Parts: sequence; structure tokens; C-alpha cells
Amino acid sequence: MLKNENIIYEDHYIRSILDNTKSIAMIGLSSSWQRPSYFVAKYLLDRGYKVYPVNPREAGKKILNQKVYSSVSEINENIDMVDIFRKSNDVDLIIDDIIKIKPSTIWMQIGVINFKAAKLAKINKIDVVMNKCPKIEYGRLSGELSWAGINSGVFHNKRRIIRPIIN
Amino acid sequence: MSVPKNNYKFETRTIHAGSAPDPTTGARNTPIYQTTAYTFDSSDHAASLFNLQNFGFIYSRLGNPTVSVLEERMANLENGRAAVACASGHAAQLLALHPLMEPGDRILASKNLYGGSITQFSHAFKKFGWGVDFVDATNIKNIKKVLNNKHKCIFIESLSNPNGVILDIEKIALIANNAKIPLIVDNTMASPYLIKPFEWGADIITHSLTKFVGGHGNSMGGVVIESGKFDWFQSDKYPSMTKPTESYHGLVFAETFGDFGYSMKIRADSLRDLGSTLSPTNAFYFINGLETLHLRMERHCKNALKVANFLESHKKVAWVSYAGLVKSKYNSLAIKYMPKGVGPVFTFGLKKGNEAGKIVINKVKIFSHVANVGDTRSLILHPASTTHNQLSDDQKKYAGAGQEVIRLSIGIEHHDDLIQDLKNALNHI
Repeated sequence: MLKNENIIYEDHYIRSILDNTKSIAMIGLSSSWQRPSYFVAKYLLDRGYKVYPVNPREAGKKILNQKVYSSVSEINENIDMVDIFRKSNDVDLIIDDIIKIKPSTIWMQIGVINFKAAKLAKINKIDVVMNKCPKIEYGRLSGELSWAGINSGVFHNKRRIIRPIIN
Repeated sequence: MSVPKNNYKFETRTIHAGSAPDPTTGARNTPIYQTTAYTFDSSDHAASLFNLQNFGFIYSRLGNPTVSVLEERMANLENGRAAVACASGHAAQLLALHPLMEPGDRILASKNLYGGSITQFSHAFKKFGWGVDFVDATNIKNIKKVLNNKHKCIFIESLSNPNGVILDIEKIALIANNAKIPLIVDNTMASPYLIKPFEWGADIITHSLTKFVGGHGNSMGGVVIESGKFDWFQSDKYPSMTKPTESYHGLVFAETFGDFGYSMKIRADSLRDLGSTLSPTNAFYFINGLETLHLRMERHCKNALKVANFLESHKKVAWVSYAGLVKSKYNSLAIKYMPKGVGPVFTFGLKKGNEAGKIVINKVKIFSHVANVGDTRSLILHPASTTHNQLSDDQKKYAGAGQEVIRLSIGIEHHDDLIQDLKNALNHI
């Protein structure tokens, strides 16, 4: 988390991914509410994204009222983004399955960095984000993160509409 | 995650960082959101805010839309990750330490702190079971000698009040870094325009906003800023950051919020429970003040150098302690850390001592006799009987606030008028 600060993405790249994504498969989503992955899933659901939990240990159950799958291959729906909450090395074990379902984006969470997987994704014309959190990036670009006194690095001279909460 | 890179220069960011036209009305200046509470969209939304799963306002003790503009602007100007504003500089020091300290822990602090800070550290904090060891940090060997594993942080002022000591922040940061504890820098007297402590390796910055940030002597406030670079998990010294927090059902702040976990911990825990909230109206004054910070600091420094030069050459003046003067022993550190100027607060002593000093304070006509610094107005004060009154004689002397010392905070009036005012007052001795 504290190293690899050199992985930098332009704001317009992140913004276009968040704008064009409708459905997200979250690999490693926890069912316990104080885990970071649960926070992210709840936030993204509240922003109107469709979330598909992927967690073999919880398969068949529900997390945040969404059916849990044991792998991405099981989801019989169009997936725009796969969001990965796993150790960096474990991405090697799931990257082939992910590429097979042809998402537009593979997103690895803060602390998750796997250049080999990123290269494979890019060969298959899949956008990649590593070492970032879609909740924090959504909040940063929408202005919500600033409400907590966090330096967003975003400047605006026109008013912006913050997307309403769906639920 | 990391601190976003700055696309704009400091002078542009003092005006624009953190603020945007109001989403509903398009109001260009930041409105004063004079409200205590905020509506929840549903019971689920309310619960998600209380559980910190959604960003949003709940109750102004924890956060307010005017205050958050100030917070983001201060975080941005210090090149930090996040900030929490509060009711005063003293409140900022309490909030900065609260997530780090447990009863029995100690603070390693520079001896050259503002008198009020020395009192807060050595008396008020003692009641929490927090100990303090003051060292002469102008020689870093003293820090190394005293440092032990009870110390949870090193606390210094980048530029000390009133005697203008500049510390070697880079070297002290290295000591803190090796000991795996954060370096906290009170950057009040320099302001982010003159020194940026994070660039020299500091981990946490505190400010009294009351001084140069507000700049006009109209509002009280403080702020804590985190660099986002301190690794809380590298030791087991900070259970408040790395162990489950009971009052949030087992949430681990450093894990869930990563590089702004410390700010979230301060806001959600320390500010919530200690209650030293900044009012939105004061935040508005600070936001306005910041917009001219760069212009004011430039003029403050220019005027101060002229007044210091005048005093140094005056036959009734025994000494002038101003790092901007070539003769000052801090001049080489000033060149390294403060190339744009060393601020407008400094001290001088008269050959005829304490009684002569009182005459000068009573006879000036532009300088105001008040216990403050960093105002647009020029200020004069006798620290030994006022701001540093609580200290022992030895402490006063060490802090550069002995009986014969007069402190000036040079404002942004015309320097000729300030020099003439002092000249006339000195003629009465």
C-alpha cells in the first residue's frame, strides 16, 4: 500500500471506467460488515452499480442481498468490471477465468498489484487498474471524499452534480 | 493510494483547493453551512453513514460542508493526504496525539515550543497519564540520547515562537523514521507558504489557524494534517490504529481507510468524543484568509526584515533574534528550510532591560499590545509577563522569553510607519 506510488492513472481514465461500468463482480467480498470489501460493495450498490459477490466459502448465500457465486465463470450475466480483493500473488490463480468472461475492466484493490496479470489483461484489450479502490476513486472524483477533509486533487470551476444515492 | 499530484502552483491552490461552486445554487464563494444536522435519505442511509460505509454529513460535531472545504485546502497546501479541523491550535495538538497515546506513553518534545504548548503537554496531558520529555532539539544528539520505546512520537515546531529557532526537520524526521514513530510538526509560525514539513519527512502537521492562515486576528481554529505515508502496521505501538475499534463494532481504521485512516480515526473517534469542533463561520473566515496567504506572508517577511535591520542598528537595542539576519545562528537553517523568508515574528532586547521595554510597549502608537501573532496589524508583547507567564524563570529564559525580551509580530502596514513608530517609542527611554 505504501510502496508502488509510481502506479499512476490519469483522472479521465478512472472516470471513464466508473462512468461506463454498470455491473461489477467482486472477488473476495466478505460477508462481515466491518471488512473493507463489504464497505466497498455497500457503497457501490448505493451508487447504482449491480454487484455480484464472488466468494467460494459463501457460495449460494447472500451478501448485501446479492446472491454469492463461487467463481466468476458461474455468473451468467454481463460483467463490466471484475474487482479483486485477493493477495497479489493469488491473482495468478484466477486471471484466466476472469479473462474468459471478457470484462471491460479488471480492477485490483489497494495493495493488490500483479504486473503479469495486468499484461495478460491488456493483451486481451481489458483495461486495468491496480492498487486503487473504486469506492475511494468514485468518492474522490464525485466530491464526496472531500466531505471527509481528504485531499482529492480535483479542481472545479463549474458546479458538479453528485450522483444521487439509489437505495 | 497516495497524495494526488499537484497540477497547480501554491498561489493558485490557496484560492481554489477544496472549494467548488455550490452544486445546487452555483454560488461561487463557499457558503457558510450554519447547520447542526443533515437529513438522511432512508434508515439504511443513516446506518451506513454512522458505520462510516458512506461519505456524508451526519452532525456538525463530526464534519460540516464549510469546514471540509477548509480541511481539504489545508491538506492540499501542505501536500498532505487529509486534514481534520478543530476549535483551536491547542485542540489540534490534543487530537493529533489522541490516536497515538495510551496511558503510560510518552511524548518526546522540543524544548522550543510555544509556552501554552509546554503547559498543555506538561500539566493537562499528565492527567491522561501521558508523559513528556523536553529536549534541546537544536542538537539532534539530545534527541537520540533521550529517545526510548515509551515515546510514541516526536513533537517539534518548525519555527518556534517567540525566539525564531529553526530546527533541522530533515534530520529529526530521520530519527523518528528509524524509531518507527511519527514526527509531528507544529507549522503555525511558518505557515505552508514558508515551510512544507512533509517535504522534509514529517508525518503529521498541526496548525493554529488563528495565526497566519486566518491572518486577520478574527477567528480561533486549529487543524491536524496527515501525510498518508506513515505505516501504522510496522509495529504494535498504535493499537488505536491497527486493532479493532470497539465503538465501531471492530473496525480497524488503518486497514479500512488506508492512507487516510489516521484522519478518519481522529474525526470518528477523537473529535466525536472530545468535541472540540470548529464552527462553520470561523471556517469561512479561514478559507477567505487562505486566499491571500501567499501575498500576506510575502509582505510580512519583507516588512519584518526591514524592521529587524532597523532595530539591529539602533544604539539602545542590545540584540535582535531574527533568523533572517545574517548574524543569526539560525541563518544557515533559514536558507535551507525557509528560502522565501523566515516570517514576521521575532524578539529583541534593550540595553536598559525590562523597565525600558515597558516604556516602548506603552509608547508605540501603531503596534497593538496583544497576545497574538500573525495578524495583518503589527503587534508587540512582553512574553515573560503574558504568553510565557506560566513557565518557570529557567523555562522562560530557555524559551527566549526572559524578562528583558520584547516580541514583535510585524504586520502588513507600510514598513516606514512601523519603523517610525518604534523610533519614536525608543526616544522615550
